[in-house]
Amino acid sequence: MQTTSQNFKANSIKALADPNLQQALGKMKVGFVEKRAKARDALPEFDALRDQARDIKNHTLANIDYYLETYEAAVQKSGGVVHWARNAAEARQVVLDICAQEKAKSVTKGKSMVSEEIALNEALEAAGYEVVETDLGEYIIQIRGESPSHIIAPAVHVLKEQVADDFRRKHLHLDPKRSLVERKDLISEARGVLRQKYLDSDVGITGANFLIAETGTSVIVTNEGNGDLTQTLPRVHIVIASLEKIVPTLDDASAILRVLARSATGQEFSSYTTFSTGSKRDADPDGPEAYHVILLDNGRTDMLGTEFEDMLRCIRCGACMNHCPVYGSVGGHAYGWVYPGPMGAVLTPSFIGVADGGHLPNASTFCGRCQDVCPMRIPLPKMMRAYRRKEYEAGLAPPAMRFGMDIWGFVAKRPGLYRLATRLAMGVLGWRGRRQGRFKSLPLASGWTDHRDMAAPSGKTFQDLWDQRHGARTTKDLEREAAQ
Amino acid sequence: MVDTQAPEKLADKPPVTVGLFVTCLVDLFRPRIGFAAVELLERAGCRVAVPKAQTCCGQPAYNSGDNAHARAVAATLLDAFDGFDYVVAPSGSCAGMIRDHIPELFADDPVLADRAVALGRKTYELTSFLVDVMGMPTAIARYQGTVTYHDSCSGLRELGVKDQPRRLLKGVDGLTLTELPSAEICCGFGGTFCVKYPEISNKMVSEKTAAIADTGADTLLAGDLGCLLNMAGKMSRESRPIRAFHVAEILAGMGDGPAIGEAGEDLSAFTDGQKG
Repeated sequence: MQTTSQNFKANSIKALADPNLQQALGKMKVGFVEKRAKARDALPEFDALRDQARDIKNHTLANIDYYLETYEAAVQKSGGVVHWARNAAEARQVVLDICAQEKAKSVTKGKSMVSEEIALNEALEAAGYEVVETDLGEYIIQIRGESPSHIIAPAVHVLKEQVADDFRRKHLHLDPKRSLVERKDLISEARGVLRQKYLDSDVGITGANFLIAETGTSVIVTNEGNGDLTQTLPRVHIVIASLEKIVPTLDDASAILRVLARSATGQEFSSYTTFSTGSKRDADPDGPEAYHVILLDNGRTDMLGTEFEDMLRCIRCGACMNHCPVYGSVGGHAYGWVYPGPMGAVLTPSFIGVADGGHLPNASTFCGRCQDVCPMRIPLPKMMRAYRRKEYEAGLAPPAMRFGMDIWGFVAKRPGLYRLATRLAMGVLGWRGRRQGRFKSLPLASGWTDHRDMAAPSGKTFQDLWDQRHGARTTKDLEREAAQ
Repeated sequence: MVDTQAPEKLADKPPVTVGLFVTCLVDLFRPRIGFAAVELLERAGCRVAVPKAQTCCGQPAYNSGDNAHARAVAATLLDAFDGFDYVVAPSGSCAGMIRDHIPELFADDPVLADRAVALGRKTYELTSFLVDVMGMPTAIARYQGTVTYHDSCSGLRELGVKDQPRRLLKGVDGLTLTELPSAEICCGFGGTFCVKYPEISNKMVSEKTAAIADTGADTLLAGDLGCLLNMAGKMSRESRPIRAFHVAEILAGMGDGPAIGEAGEDLSAFTDGQKG
């Protein structure tokens, strides 16, 4: 996938000027937030469950080698095959090899962010396979030639009127006079088109929300049921999942599932939660003849044992971006890679490097709402700050900012000099602003005054006024005053 | 200051010493907030001093990834506030920096780590200090108006400041509080964020000021001057007739002075006091 994270600023300016996007974001912001709040309020033990979920993942990460090997053995026992992929290229190659070996022509896909991460569709299409996304949102952006702008609602940036136009353009075999006004018209048309694709498909590819070590099971949660059809109808099921999806037991998966849907969509549980273990057994009425799991690293193990390890607890619920005022202003595409919002501000520099992804951790006010709602209690602002530090230490921060910091630091660590400099500056500004009380524009402060007025300072600093008033400066002064 | 009602001294508490961390924005832009804080602290029974050697909490550097400068600036505070029972700041953002982040900055420093932790432990945001530590039941003051309140992010989420200012405002005669539905959503200030990403910041503050106007309030209050400068500056640019004050000003009975961005500050009122 083309990375444009370096252009975050330009991307965001474009996004702010896009009326369709702004309308879509306005609708999205309210829905997710209110639904999550309701779900949380209905479950008094919600915060205790978050603690439990965090502890389960921390334990798992501390022993991830053991659980992954346990998982591999369990998959093999149930008739499946595990493939280890160090990076995106290796993962893509495994998929291509399986498809070639199975003489596949058509591939259906359930929603998978990891498949976006490794740019799987492009690779499959280049190799001549027909690739069909079956999640409605993914299907929409696939025919639009776009990437997801949200990890659980990939087409959240698209208005339904735009979808109707896309369907008319793509589904030329249908009656051009059909009605596509209502949401249900769109859904039933997509369902009709996709139904045959499932039946024609040779290979179904899904992601996984969890991999369960004790049973070798992969778990997907969906609301459309498309994942189930994708993984049971074709001859071959390929699960592509990153390493940190592993949990030790079925109980652990159940515990985390209790916070997942509530945090994501405000549902107590998603409509479908499907557990898949191995290939079709003799007594099973249906299921795939072959079951493959690709375990993708792609930078995860490099995060283990570092200050970014906490990020590996992420269960991809999307609550952080649903509650992020920056995401809510610019949408997901501005972030320029696979994962948007606060999670993306940590994952992007982790996976593609600070030089390319460095804008994203900077584009936060550190309002802390993401951390507040994260079901896995990931300290997202802390990690964004750590990436700012890495950027600064690597000399990648903008020169003007470094220059400003150097001057500010030089002065601010010398209180006497600071007093003198601020007395002069505030004196001048206060004098210039005394009539209006505010500035409409200020040299060197256009970032501020292009959009808002700047209140004029009073003209004297508090410190100088306190001196004039002979106010107490030290604990000794206070003792003296008390003795009087 | 203007309001001269009897201060509600809390006689059963032993007098505590408070070092006021003025914060750089209050020091430079709006000293009256510092005087309001002193007034409130003294009413609560504290003895207040303002250490001379304070500049800034170091947050601009810390949040820019420049830990070396952040440490150098923060180190000045370790000395400046030695010996006080408490450190109080009229800002959740700066108090949060001192309480939670300065200890992180010095965590590996064999000499300063313990001192940074001790400084952090005794540091409070103003309204939370008045209510949670000094047990001030409410503030006695007068302000005629319908106000709405914005919860600044750091105070709210790092320090749990939410009920304290509202409890204190209950005692303000003539004041009606109309809650802002999006009170907990960031105003788009974010320190250097607002000038690094001015377009996004503008989008956020525009949504905020529209929501403020929707409440029908004539006055906006908050506990952090950074956020207030941002929101007041936007409202002024949009010609909205809504005034903005730091909550401490209203609580200290200083709501008859110029609002943020208004002309007419009379600094002599602060130096002609009984002190000195």
